[in-house]
Amino acid sequence: MATAETFYDVIRRQGITRRSFTKFCSLTAASLGFGSGAATAMAEALETKERVPVIWMHGLECTCCSESFIRSAHPLVKDVVLSMISLDYDEMIMAAAGHQAEAILEETKAKYKGKYILAVEGNPPLNEDGMFCIDGGRPFVEKLRWMAEDAMAVIAWGACAAWGCVQAANPNPTQATPIDKVIHDKPVIKVPGCPPIAEVMTGVITFITTFDKLPELDRQGRPKMFYSQRIHDKCYRRPHFDAGQFVEEWDDEGARKGYCLYKTGCKGPTTYNACSTVRWNEGVSFPIQSGHGCIGCSEEGFWDQGSFYDRLTNLHQFGIEADADKIGLTAAGIVGGAIAAHAAVTAIKRVTTKREKADA
Amino acid sequence: MTLHETLPADTHDEKAIERPSVYVYDAPVRIWHWGNAVSILTLALTGYLIGSPLISVSGEASANYLMGRIRFIHFAAAQTLTVLLILRVYWVFVGNVHARQIFYVPIWSGRFWKEWSHEVRRYMFMTRQTKKYAGHNPLARFTMFLLFTLPLFFMVITGFALESEGAGRDSWEYVLFDWVFSIWPNSQDIHTNHHLGMWGIVIFVIVHIYVAVREDIMSRQGIISSMISGERFFKDMED
Ligand code: HEM
Ligand code: HEM
Ligand code: SF4
Ligand code: SF4
Repeated sequence: MATAETFYDVIRRQGITRRSFTKFCSLTAASLGFGSGAATAMAEALETKERVPVIWMHGLECTCCSESFIRSAHPLVKDVVLSMISLDYDEMIMAAAGHQAEAILEETKAKYKGKYILAVEGNPPLNEDGMFCIDGGRPFVEKLRWMAEDAMAVIAWGACAAWGCVQAANPNPTQATPIDKVIHDKPVIKVPGCPPIAEVMTGVITFITTFDKLPELDRQGRPKMFYSQRIHDKCYRRPHFDAGQFVEEWDDEGARKGYCLYKTGCKGPTTYNACSTVRWNEGVSFPIQSGHGCIGCSEEGFWDQGSFYDRLTNLHQFGIEADADKIGLTAAGIVGGAIAAHAAVTAIKRVTTKREKADA
Repeated sequence: MTLHETLPADTHDEKAIERPSVYVYDAPVRIWHWGNAVSILTLALTGYLIGSPLISVSGEASANYLMGRIRFIHFAAAQTLTVLLILRVYWVFVGNVHARQIFYVPIWSGRFWKEWSHEVRRYMFMTRQTKKYAGHNPLARFTMFLLFTLPLFFMVITGFALESEGAGRDSWEYVLFDWVFSIWPNSQDIHTNHHLGMWGIVIFVIVHIYVAVREDIMSRQGIISSMISGERFFKDMED
């Protein structure tokens, strides 16, 4: 591995003159409202700061996170990979293989102890001592623990690493386990979604490299800047929700008019993600804009929450699947029946008691 | 059990009606009862309509605010209920013994369980003997604690957790109730459970009203009027 380039090196390598570089620093400092010293500080930081080494590992997953990541438009993923970070290891896209690849891990661990970011796509299965995911001749869970030991922080990409996703869905035969349940002594940044939005992924990385600190996380360990509001809070169909205008059935008049998808099971009201603000594919659209409800892909256990077309979870405990209203109504009906019967018995008893008393 | 006989004052020179009565529910409990009952009926109705909204209205979105209004009524009733509940909990400490009854069950008391099983047998028509209790009968108390008091707190807690989602991460609702999301990281579960909780309370209300009316007739004690006037009359003592 070559010595790490600084940001300045990268900027110069891209053909930018020193003059434009200083200009960029002062303009950026001014536009961000920083004081007069900031431009110099910024220039110095970029000149001296090494790019953050990133190790990207893959456990049980489908690679949709990588697929999403490489489509980032702002910033372009090439800028992230080639300029902002030093992506030293990624089984998916690196040229090295076998022992050569393993050597990179050893080297990073030793050389950048406590400085590199471990980005994990997918999760480790723990059943049978982790035998369901073997990577480089040993269980993935071991490799994960080993690399996490010396990392600065761990990024848990996607629903798999953050929550478990489909491989952890009931009955979870391999006991696939989210990263934060395996790595306890390092900050774990969850970036859920199936996949996460490309710009959210690069955004998290940009934040870390730019400010040299980890983004503020919410209670669930997700970066607040992308996950503190629900799809529903920023959905452009929200006025139809408040008005009480819903798509009642697919392809009805309401669907044509772009009404709210609440009744067709939209999970926007319970889903924290940036789709309704950042959108997908360079901001072209997102599921709701295309006429389908949100399926809550960035939420915990979204595969086990029943149909994509029900807002509330079906409850399997009741033998057959039933929703909260069916159960409630049935129970109320049974109770009502029991009351009627009880009242009838009460009345009969009363009459017979009176008769007994009269007879006596 | 001791009942002090209160003789209503003979203000109009008429003969005092000699009927044993006991002051059970003080005014705050009664005000709470009816305020609470109205809030809950409102919450159940609007909550159901939040879960299964009415048929779509037509016209411009900006000209309508039906769902918004229904949700507003739900939240307003919820705030009312919560304030009343806080006052009621305060009254647990300052009010009379009956004010405490539905907030805990004396599971350590042998007498309680004896009377409890007596009441169970009575409702199963296994005994006819009616015992008199100044407050709730032990079965009523047990049921109220289990099927009303606990679910009510559950509804308030999950309700405010849900409200914090719309109010935002910097709202006081979130500051106070963010821990709920550690129990259920996916708020869909909170919605489902809040919704189930409604049905639990609806069932309680059905049984509660039936039992109150039935007791009033059967046990010849002024059960219903006791929640209006506060006093419980024992219409005949020799029974
Ligand atoms: C006994 C009292 C209550 C009953 C019966 C009740 C009932 C319901 C029901 C059935 C729903 C629909 C759930 C769904 O399908 O998603 C709901 C939603 C909700 N309730 Fe309650 N609720 C009660 C108390 C409260 C309280 C005390 C609060 C506190 C503020 C509250 C706040 C909410 C909120 C925020 C929602 C979600 C509204 C939305 O998603 O648009 N509720 N309630
Ligand atoms: C028309 C309807 C109702 C009537 C006639 C009624 C009547 C009564 C009566 C007579 C009592 C005293 C019971 C006893 O001492 O054994 C009582 C207590 C109670 N009721 Fe109701 N009730 C009604 C509706 C409701 C509703 C809708 C709720 C709420 C869901 C409710 C909740 C309670 C509670 C919590 C108590 C216990 C009060 C305490 O000890 O602090 N009631 N009610
Ligand atoms: S479409 Fe979904 S996210 Fe948008 S307003 Fe309706 S329920 Fe909310
Ligand atoms: S709209 Fe919902 S289901 Fe679709 S990508 Fe966003 S969070 Fe996932």
